[in-house]
Amino acid sequence: MKIVEEGCNALLMDPDPDKARGFFEKKSRAMTDKRTTVKEAVEKFIPDGCYLAIGGFGANRIPTSVLHEILRQRRKNLGFLGHTSTHDFQILCAGDCIDRVDASYIVGLEARGLSPNARRVMESGKVKVTEWTNYALTVRLRAAAEGVSFGIARCMLGTDTFKMSAAKVIECPFTGKKYVALPAVWPDVAAIHVHEADIYGNCHIRGISVADLELARAAKHVIITTERFVGNHAIRLNPTRTVIPFYLVDAVIEVPYGSYPGNMAYEYFSDEDHLKQWLTVEKDPEELAKFLDTYIYNVSSFEEYLELCGGFAKMKELRNLEGLVDRL
Amino acid sequence: MAPEYRMMEMMICAASRYLEDGRTVAVGTGAPCAAAMLAQKMNAPNLVILFEAGGVAPTMPQMPISVGDSRTFFRGIMAAGMSEMMSTCCRGLVDYAFLGGAEIDKYGNINSTVVGDFYKPKVRFPGSGGANDFASMCWRTLIMTVHTKSRFVEKVGFLTTPGYLTGPGAREAAGLPPNTGPYKIITDLAVLGFDEETKVMQVESIHPGVERDQVRDATGFDLIMPDFIQTTPPPSDSELRILRGEVDPLRLVIGR
Repeated sequence: MKIVEEGCNALLMDPDPDKARGFFEKKSRAMTDKRTTVKEAVEKFIPDGCYLAIGGFGANRIPTSVLHEILRQRRKNLGFLGHTSTHDFQILCAGDCIDRVDASYIVGLEARGLSPNARRVMESGKVKVTEWTNYALTVRLRAAAEGVSFGIARCMLGTDTFKMSAAKVIECPFTGKKYVALPAVWPDVAAIHVHEADIYGNCHIRGISVADLELARAAKHVIITTERFVGNHAIRLNPTRTVIPFYLVDAVIEVPYGSYPGNMAYEYFSDEDHLKQWLTVEKDPEELAKFLDTYIYNVSSFEEYLELCGGFAKMKELRNLEGLVDRL
Repeated sequence: MAPEYRMMEMMICAASRYLEDGRTVAVGTGAPCAAAMLAQKMNAPNLVILFEAGGVAPTMPQMPISVGDSRTFFRGIMAAGMSEMMSTCCRGLVDYAFLGGAEIDKYGNINSTVVGDFYKPKVRFPGSGGANDFASMCWRTLIMTVHTKSRFVEKVGFLTTPGYLTGPGAREAAGLPPNTGPYKIITDLAVLGFDEETKVMQVESIHPGVERDQVRDATGFDLIMPDFIQTTPPPSDSELRILRGEVDPLRLVIGR
């Protein structure tokens, strides 16, 4: 196959499908009770230096408890799949946890503005960046999920986004058309928040799936946090809705309001005041350090964090916002 | 008497009129989303709004904050994912990409990645997100942005999202699907299109009360300015009523 052009930045993960098969060959297929704690899951599956991916969409259906625990355990030198990342990336930057990133959307929080601290981290030059687009990263996960070493797409072509990537432009052997070839990425670990899971890790998600179907199949280890546990019979009553089956999953933890301060579709809306507070304190590194002590480092559990943020009353308010209960 | 309006309202109304009924549009949050919602309630009731994270044809009760929040599939037709949405664009089923502002050059190329050196940037912006994907694969790209000299430059410092790249034929040569590219740029001063032959940006209409020189002065490159330029029709009473009352009652976008 003819290679027309190559991106100049580093490929952070090995796209060899047989190495991935070698890993999956040994992965347990047992339908066992995978309940654990967030603390143990992070200790076991997110070591220093590993390559991490986070499910959901930045501040929507994100596993906040896992992100906070990564900071509490002072993880360093993580690689990160910066796919549609917003508040998740902001948290990891606040803990100085990342030293390399596959970036398609980082630093920003969409309409809310840019994270001053994530900007500081990225503008310091200490984090190695390889550039992509949201779809390109989805295609890379999809290729990994399919067990092949690359996928193709018609994006990135002709741009500096391509030049600063680790992609290649190839010619189609059938039509001669140009495509961008995107190397498969098998993250070491993914953390995904879902609506319902059983104790074996069978998951139901409501609403959009973003790239989590691909991510759960690409990642070597999968940590699931769930709004609520359901019995295995509830999964079996509606298997059409199972988007992540148990044999992909290594750990499952029940974390009600686990996407807070992000949005969880059909459950609760995002806490825009708290997200704004993050952006405000980030302007001053000392203020940020105090804020992190209060809300993350000196906090022993996610429940305690929710209490600090307004507890039951606040959660009720966000449920009502999500459900539009005051609309006629 | 003509109604009073803010410039953001002018931009949203002008932009909404380019979205034809029965078409599909992939939108970002903020002003592009407001324009698509307004179009649906005015001239294009069967406009299908798509979001990159997976939302298809929602009945939005309010402006979304994120292109992945629950409003983007509220009472929608489908809640899918990124792969589904982007491959739908790649198959040629999405008519418009509707993007927000950033640094833009005379060929409609956009920078939303860095200012300065890539490896130690003066300013790091989010990067492409889904913008490069949409602008590569949808048929026509609409862009809404504020019109200033620092944003409208001869050549973008970093080409994140493709316009016409280096000019006629460049998109096709790079491998992008034929007959795609930027269509209209809607700013707070004017509506701009692109010259058929040179693919350079040209003024199509200037908003009421704005002078030709203002547009020229706010542009950092040689803009094609025909002798006769129309005035953009101002927002109508009904456009303003729907925009303020139904699309953005909390003034999240129009209040900016």
